[in-house]
Amino acid sequence: MSTVEIKNLHKSFGTLEVLRGIDFTVESGQVVCVIGPSGSGKSTLLRCVNLLEQPTSGTVVVDGVDLTDPDVDIDAARRHVGMVFQQFNLFPHLTVRRNVTIAQERVLKRRKDECDRVARENLEKVGLLEKIDAYPPQLSGGQQQRVAIARALAMNPSLMLFDEPTSALDPELVGDVLSVMRKLAEDGMTMLVVTHEMGFAREVADRVVFMDGGVIVEDGPPQQVIADPRHERTREFLSRVLHPGV
Amino acid sequence: MSAVSEQQAPSPAEPRKGLSPRKKQRISRAVQYAVLVVILVVLAALADWKAIGESFLNLDVAGKGLPDLFTVALRNTVIYTLSGFALGFVLGLVLALMRLSSVAPYRWLSVTYIEIFRGLPILLIFLMIGSLPLAFPGFELPGGVYGSAALGLGVVSAAYMAENFRAGIQAVPKGQMEAARSLGMPHMRAMISIIIPQAIRIVLPPLTNQLVMLLKDSSLVLILGVTAAQVELAKFGNDQSSTYANPTPILATGLTYLLITIPLGYVARRMEARQGAGR
Repeated sequence: MSTVEIKNLHKSFGTLEVLRGIDFTVESGQVVCVIGPSGSGKSTLLRCVNLLEQPTSGTVVVDGVDLTDPDVDIDAARRHVGMVFQQFNLFPHLTVRRNVTIAQERVLKRRKDECDRVARENLEKVGLLEKIDAYPPQLSGGQQQRVAIARALAMNPSLMLFDEPTSALDPELVGDVLSVMRKLAEDGMTMLVVTHEMGFAREVADRVVFMDGGVIVEDGPPQQVIADPRHERTREFLSRVLHPGV
Repeated sequence: MSAVSEQQAPSPAEPRKGLSPRKKQRISRAVQYAVLVVILVVLAALADWKAIGESFLNLDVAGKGLPDLFTVALRNTVIYTLSGFALGFVLGLVLALMRLSSVAPYRWLSVTYIEIFRGLPILLIFLMIGSLPLAFPGFELPGGVYGSAALGLGVVSAAYMAENFRAGIQAVPKGQMEAARSLGMPHMRAMISIIIPQAIRIVLPPLTNQLVMLLKDSSLVLILGVTAAQVELAKFGNDQSSTYANPTPILATGLTYLLITIPLGYVARRMEARQGAGR
């Protein structure tokens, strides 16, 4: 079964039409990277998948649940969709431990010792167990982003959304975050990643989707979309990204 | 255009006419000092120093006010202030959430409340609270004067604090709510666990200033008609000064207010500076 199934998705902000008819699926266990110029609608697409943006029309089905159905409990649906933001969005007034346990406790109603065990397990996974009692502002950007990944993983998501997870990081910190994501992919996590990291897309993605002007221009395996794009717009974008300044 | 203005500009080598700006500044400063000295000398000459010593700095009279100045009057002032602040805090937070609600009537109610209670003098509110039993026969506020004082100070400070809280909530980055919602938290849960704790930190300095304002406004409780045991600082000072026909107690009361307001103001400025540096 497809984890994500999007049909004829439209999204407008006022008169600005950002998504203009998107059809798109993510199979369970797949890693799909969405690339494209800024303003192409890729972040909006991602945010429609957990309804941080309300689609104007079309359907978004996640794990067999149609999120655009007004009767759907959106909070329940979001529990199984982890999201990692460009700006990390850790809760700065809470410790790393509390960041990772608060939703487990309040939303999943797990027991306290269970929350703590899951928190440790996931912090271990991102290599930051020793920072469990630190506060987010004491961490580097890369560390904050890895805690944010652990926070999302602690909810046992069936799908992880990454919205330009390395774009706000200093270049030397990007690698740590990407290697955590790579490990996740190897463990079979279903991932939808908006990114500018072409190397990551080429090596880790099962599929690469190129978006421009609110539509999907090209969708296929990375060796095709990145190495041998069919469309002029894709070629143009890739040459700008891969050879900046040329 | 620039060529013309360059031609008109005086060359720096040209000797200046009249006084140089620095000399002018020096003279102006000397005049300001002179005015200050003259005022002080005139005041000192006009004042009756002996009478001032007896009236305002009369230690005998001041001593008679002790320990009640602290154990009764200051204690009551603090009780009135803190109870009013607590009510204002809770009510203000509710009003702020209503102000930001997606339900329009809640927003209207909140805005109306805030506009009315920011626009009315506390004295008038106290007078109205005194008349409440006329509207609701048999109605009596729990706690008597203490209850009325808390209500009066609370409803007014709530209006000011609501605006503080609203600004604080809006100052929390949007991503915080999005992160909380993406973890499956309902809106209210996210507000309580994630947004409001951060908002309160942001508004601590203005809230501290609010506390100082409230401390001073608590002096208006005297209009409610208080007994000797319920008296707060201002009335205490006034009563004592009538009893002994000497204004020293008023001065002592004033110093007692400053004992609290100055450190509180200092704390608020420190918190403000720290927040500024943290950003």
